[in-house]
Amino acid sequence: MTNVFNLTWLIPIPPLLAFFAIILFTNPHKRLSSNLAIGAVALSWVMSWLVAFAYFGNWHVLVEEPFALSLPWLPTGTGVFRMGVAVDAVTAVMLFMVGFVLTMIFIYSHGYMTFPGYLDPALNTDGLDPRYSRFFAYISLFATGMLGLVVADNLLMLFVFWEIMGLCSYLLIGFWFDKTYPDPNQITPKQAGLKAFLTTRIGDVLLMIGLLLLFIMTGELNFQAIFKPEVLEHLAESHLAIPFLGAFSAAVVIAIFIFWGAIGKSAQFPLHVWLPDAMEGPTPVSALIHAATMVSAGVYLIIRMQPLFAAAHHGENGAMLFVAFIGAFTALFAATIALAQNDIKKVLAYSTVSQLGYMFAALGIGAWVAATFHLIMHAFFKALLFLGSGSVIHGVEHGHHHAQHGHGEHGHGHHDEHHEAYFDPQDMRNMGGLLRRMPATGWTFIIGAAALSGFPLVTAGFWSKDEILADAWYTGHTLVFWTLAAAALLTAFYSFRQVFMTFFGKPRTEAAAHAVESTRSMTVPLMILAVFAIAAGWVGIPEWFPGVGAILGNPLGTMLGAQAEAYHLHHKPLPPQSVPLLVSIVVSLGGIFLAWLVYGRKPLEAGQPDPLERWLGPIYTVLRHKYYFDELYGSLPNVRPALILRFALWLTAVLRAFDTYVIDGIVNAVGNFGRRFARALRLFFDELFVDGAVNGTGFVAQVAGSVLRLVQTGQVQFYLLIVLLGVLAFLAFVQLGL
Amino acid sequence: MPMIFLFLALLTVVMAIGTVTARNLFHAALFLVGAFFGVATIYVLLEAEFLAVSQIIIYIGAIATLIVFAIMLSRSMMGREAGGYNRFWVAAAVGAAALLALLAWVLTTVPFPVVDQPVPADAISQIGAGLVGPYVIPFEVASVLLVVALIGAVMIARERHRQR
Amino acid sequence: MTIPLSWYLLLAATLFCIGFFGVLSRRNAVAALMGVELMLNAVNINLVGFWRYVRPADLTGQIFAIFVLAVAAAEAAVGLALMIAIYRTRRTINVDEIDLLKG
Repeated sequence: MTNVFNLTWLIPIPPLLAFFAIILFTNPHKRLSSNLAIGAVALSWVMSWLVAFAYFGNWHVLVEEPFALSLPWLPTGTGVFRMGVAVDAVTAVMLFMVGFVLTMIFIYSHGYMTFPGYLDPALNTDGLDPRYSRFFAYISLFATGMLGLVVADNLLMLFVFWEIMGLCSYLLIGFWFDKTYPDPNQITPKQAGLKAFLTTRIGDVLLMIGLLLLFIMTGELNFQAIFKPEVLEHLAESHLAIPFLGAFSAAVVIAIFIFWGAIGKSAQFPLHVWLPDAMEGPTPVSALIHAATMVSAGVYLIIRMQPLFAAAHHGENGAMLFVAFIGAFTALFAATIALAQNDIKKVLAYSTVSQLGYMFAALGIGAWVAATFHLIMHAFFKALLFLGSGSVIHGVEHGHHHAQHGHGEHGHGHHDEHHEAYFDPQDMRNMGGLLRRMPATGWTFIIGAAALSGFPLVTAGFWSKDEILADAWYTGHTLVFWTLAAAALLTAFYSFRQVFMTFFGKPRTEAAAHAVESTRSMTVPLMILAVFAIAAGWVGIPEWFPGVGAILGNPLGTMLGAQAEAYHLHHKPLPPQSVPLLVSIVVSLGGIFLAWLVYGRKPLEAGQPDPLERWLGPIYTVLRHKYYFDELYGSLPNVRPALILRFALWLTAVLRAFDTYVIDGIVNAVGNFGRRFARALRLFFDELFVDGAVNGTGFVAQVAGSVLRLVQTGQVQFYLLIVLLGVLAFLAFVQLGL
Repeated sequence: MPMIFLFLALLTVVMAIGTVTARNLFHAALFLVGAFFGVATIYVLLEAEFLAVSQIIIYIGAIATLIVFAIMLSRSMMGREAGGYNRFWVAAAVGAAALLALLAWVLTTVPFPVVDQPVPADAISQIGAGLVGPYVIPFEVASVLLVVALIGAVMIARERHRQR
Repeated sequence: MTIPLSWYLLLAATLFCIGFFGVLSRRNAVAALMGVELMLNAVNINLVGFWRYVRPADLTGQIFAIFVLAVAAAEAAVGLALMIAIYRTRRTINVDEIDLLKG
């Protein structure tokens, strides 16, 4: 049986070969390229399931002695760096999920990548995207990155595959790089790709610093070597001095640096801004990158490194709390934004951010098993939802074409002219009543939404979410518990808002009225994924649950629990608890019921504003604009100087606005009030000191902005000179022993 | 020995300074060859004969020749001011001098774990064995890098044909 | 071993700084490239010096220096080719007139 594990290192290889074959040889033959890519990823899928099931069959033995295979790679100063693969329980469940979901998405792409509507129809020769082959080359390389990341046995290899995925994500988000929009403020695919790349880069650099620190402290990057108790203890007890902040336990510092990598990759607050804009890419990419695989890589990294975080926990308690805080905050924060989005994919994007926050919160409170469980379940139903939304978009686009060509003479009102000039097939306000036109897509989407909302007792999402809530309750993290419960309520609400707006009521546009069901290669993956979105959760039903719990026996929880024990993670099976179970049932059903009250009972009419807009008033506007984070980071497409310069300019603007409206307002009010009594006071104190300080602050920021602008000359030699200054400062810093 | 070292080091430094100060690019390239040669003699002092010979073959035989060719082929592109400095050369000089001062300070204060051992007699055959033994992967990577660099250089510098 | 290690290191540092000055200040790209070559040579002197004085038994330092030689050759080839390409499109190889990096 162990011989099967020798396949592990082969798993990432077939997509890589497919990538090279496509770019080098089969690029002109579109269908050949896609079949090659699908065949390669299917081969990887078969191998990963062989390995995964071999593990599931023998986990009692393998938990104690995990499979590992490595070869000497790079001689270093102190030894030889080994590269290789390893399989433990987490790898096995990830392989189970990743191989399967990748294959489904590949098959779906085969039907999805038809000729894009924004191009000149005269170029349309075969009904396929002109860069069809290239798309399959990119996603094959991406599959290599993800599979390699999962099987890697050390952090360096993980980081390499992590970056391969980052590159593919940039290429794929900007896949339709020649697409533009009439509205200059709408982000184009090209800009969205850059934004994703640069934003995740911040996290990646911090992650790399973390890895370097870890290597300096231990001389090892291999997981098994790092997780030895004595190494972890050494890390927890040695201290790193950070300038201006003092000394911290090395484990805490490294853990927080590594977590920043996950924040970037998994789009957590404050680096969440890239993911919603990444929806500019083709929909299979959104499913691939933003649901099943790449964003979960961040969570996977933290799951992997959990022993380190736990060690940090023993020392000073900082790292885990930080993770829990970021996670819980992001879960609620992103869920509120999702309430007010009208783009079908943007809702899903924010929901992904929110669900990833859930997983991080679970990891932060030590719910390792629950987080892994939720990661896998989420991948199934979120991939289903994304692919479903792609099918909807496709259907509506077809309907739009049909309506335009079939009824060329209709409606010449001003509104319609604008409408024909640019039609957004992703806007849910343009949909409605699609269930009758697209039954397969519709029902599978509803199943996915039910799983996302945690529809009680049946769906996968219920069991995984319930386990996180139960863990939070049991370990006494009340704040985290209620935050996550509130997020779950909002999740159920916006999921079914989406379902009601898209599939129920009457069609609100001609396009929706003429939508057509997608082809078989798109709907079949949807149906298979829908089965998993329900049934996959049954492997994690707690044993104490009446009836089914005893029959199924929670195989996933038992296996992961044993793995947690092997990593010394202090895992205990949870006792029966009624409060979290009831809460999760109530928030899920409550959210769905509220959505029905608002959107289901009386469906939206064409052109009718969202009822929430009326009830929430200005809050809705804030949510609609995503708390103005894009404006805050200054990443509006028509303003694009360097990041630091943007920050300085932004600071200038904010301070000036603060000056004009707040401080000056207060100052003037005080001045007016006291003018008659204290004219002298106003002259000497107000204007001289208060205004001086206030204007001075704004002035300093403005000067900083204009000085920093000079730095960006575009000349390499000037940049090098700045580098030299940095090196000098660093050397002096080290030598003077500051 | 110290006198020989000081002489060779001085020679190398003078050649290097000539490289970065000569107005005429061709002269600069000749100074560069001198500096390469000086470095090769330093290798001999360090008992790295193989490297000294490699230095002469690769740096002087290949790289310096390439640079001289590039200068001669592109002479028409360069104006009279080819050897000139940009507008922040003073800052660059001050910065480089400061870096040298700092480095010298670091180098003279940090103790190095020096051991007094002779060089193994079969050093060259050990290098050869190392390149096909433990260092075979870096060696292959280096060969791939060279191939890619050469293909890349040809692709970049090639004239674009009009029919494309 | 009558010469201290730090002498070699000082020589290397001097060459490095001279080369760096060349890279920073020369207007002509070929001249800047020569500065880069000087810097690489300085690095090699360091590698060989440390090999001779700290670990003469294993030849890692020398082998590393050989790899630096290979990389330097690749760098010179690509650098010169880039200059020709840049000259074709921009009609200049003066580094301070090449500012495509400006946002």
